[in-house]
Amino acid sequence: MSSVLYDAQGPRAKRRNVLLTVVFLVLVALLLWWVIGILWDKGQLDWAKWEMFFTGSEAWTTYILPGLWSTLKAAALSVIIALPLGAVFGIARLSDHAWVRVPAGVVVEFFRSIPVLVLMIFGLALFAEYTSVSSDDRPLYAVVTGLVLYNASVLAEIVRAGILTLPKGQSEAAMAIGLRKGQVMRLVLLPQAVTAMLPAIVSQLVVIVKDTALGGAVLTYSELLSSANTMSGFYGANTIASYTVIAVIYIALNFALTSFASWLERRLRQGKKSTGAVLTADDNQPNAGAVAA
Amino acid sequence: MFDFLEDYDLLGAFWTTVQLTLLSAVGSLIWGTLLAAMRVSPVPLMRGFGTAYVNIVRNIPLTVIILFASLGLSQTLSINLGADDFDSINFRLAVLGLIVYTAAFVCEALRSGINTVPVGQAEAARAIGLSFGQVLTLVVLPQAFRSSVTPLANVLIALTKNTTVAAAIGVAEAALLMKEMIENEAQLLLISAIIAVGFVILTLPTGLILGWVGKKVAVKR
Repeated sequence: MSSVLYDAQGPRAKRRNVLLTVVFLVLVALLLWWVIGILWDKGQLDWAKWEMFFTGSEAWTTYILPGLWSTLKAAALSVIIALPLGAVFGIARLSDHAWVRVPAGVVVEFFRSIPVLVLMIFGLALFAEYTSVSSDDRPLYAVVTGLVLYNASVLAEIVRAGILTLPKGQSEAAMAIGLRKGQVMRLVLLPQAVTAMLPAIVSQLVVIVKDTALGGAVLTYSELLSSANTMSGFYGANTIASYTVIAVIYIALNFALTSFASWLERRLRQGKKSTGAVLTADDNQPNAGAVAA
Repeated sequence: MFDFLEDYDLLGAFWTTVQLTLLSAVGSLIWGTLLAAMRVSPVPLMRGFGTAYVNIVRNIPLTVIILFASLGLSQTLSINLGADDFDSINFRLAVLGLIVYTAAFVCEALRSGINTVPVGQAEAARAIGLSFGQVLTLVVLPQAFRSSVTPLANVLIALTKNTTVAAAIGVAEAALLMKEMIENEAQLLLISAIIAVGFVILTLPTGLILGWVGKKVAVKR
């Protein structure tokens, strides 16, 4: 194969590649051997440490599935609340009036530059001090508050970028036929921008799902990670096996979301109806949201 | 109003945050560059390894990785990275977790930089008779690095914010201090504002300066 980095390979390069493959294979095998050796010595590969996940359903019904449900609940609530908020702030940042545009920009930039964990800790204390939310519900409220504040500002940037990617002719034509500013946004720009933004929004969901784990580790919200800790304790410090299982669940869940996002993106790019503008997670550049914890 | 601050080591906590950020940044830049080299190499097995690493690590929450470093590596397997006392063990494990996680994003940032270079650039360079090394060092990589600045800056900013996850294993950085102060003092809004401003000071200039540099050096196409 040819790429920007190297040409199609001749016989010498092919021989060298075979050699490199063998060397790399040996290195990976050595590394695996070393890891398995350590795990074996500590008795972490004994069937007794793993059997609860394969035989019987107690580990799943008592710990893993309720934890997963809490994770999904927090993520879904956050995205449902954050989306309209983000849309409002994203549109406000494009306003013609400086007194709307500037404050919206300050709010968005402020919440984007603060770690989610700090927002969650703040939320927890806020609900404890100023509201009558019961202490059982507080962690969920705090996790959702933190995630909403952060992700609404990230989504605001996605919305803004989505509207900006549309060709200028769209709003010019809309204004030429006499639509008002609100109508241009509502009838012409937003419907197209939403389609263009869909892949980026789905990618942001991955970030939200991953960030719920913070609530389990620091705020005692009983989601997947914290239920794994409880489970590990119940089965006698079974950390390695428990963490492997929940890691696989996170990977499967997020990989499905990522694949869905790129499928959407491909479909939208092929579609003839839209203007063909598509916003991916990589495009909404100042974001770094896709990198968040 | 600010009296209570004398009882806490605010600067020390933010200094730990900065240390975590810098050490992890250097480590993940090295490991991420190696991964990127594998992901674009002509050897299919290395490409597969790089792709698998990125797809696996990117989809696990950082919190899970860092907690695993503490509970799994240190407490279960007694891998302490050569440290003896509780504080430095957890600090080193946090840096390890941050490197493992951030390297996947560094790899993607570098790869996206390489992807912006049109194949025609390399083909033209080969056509005028440049060798493989010359094509790489004179034509392709200079353009690739210039397009990588902005995505790498975003990774650095995200890393700065992600260091707060180290609070989950008791590293005495800014978020852990915030939690402690909120529990002991009745100054919720003031404490939160101070910590928030601290992070704004750490991340905003990085974003502005590197964003400006990134725009300036980017290849206009």
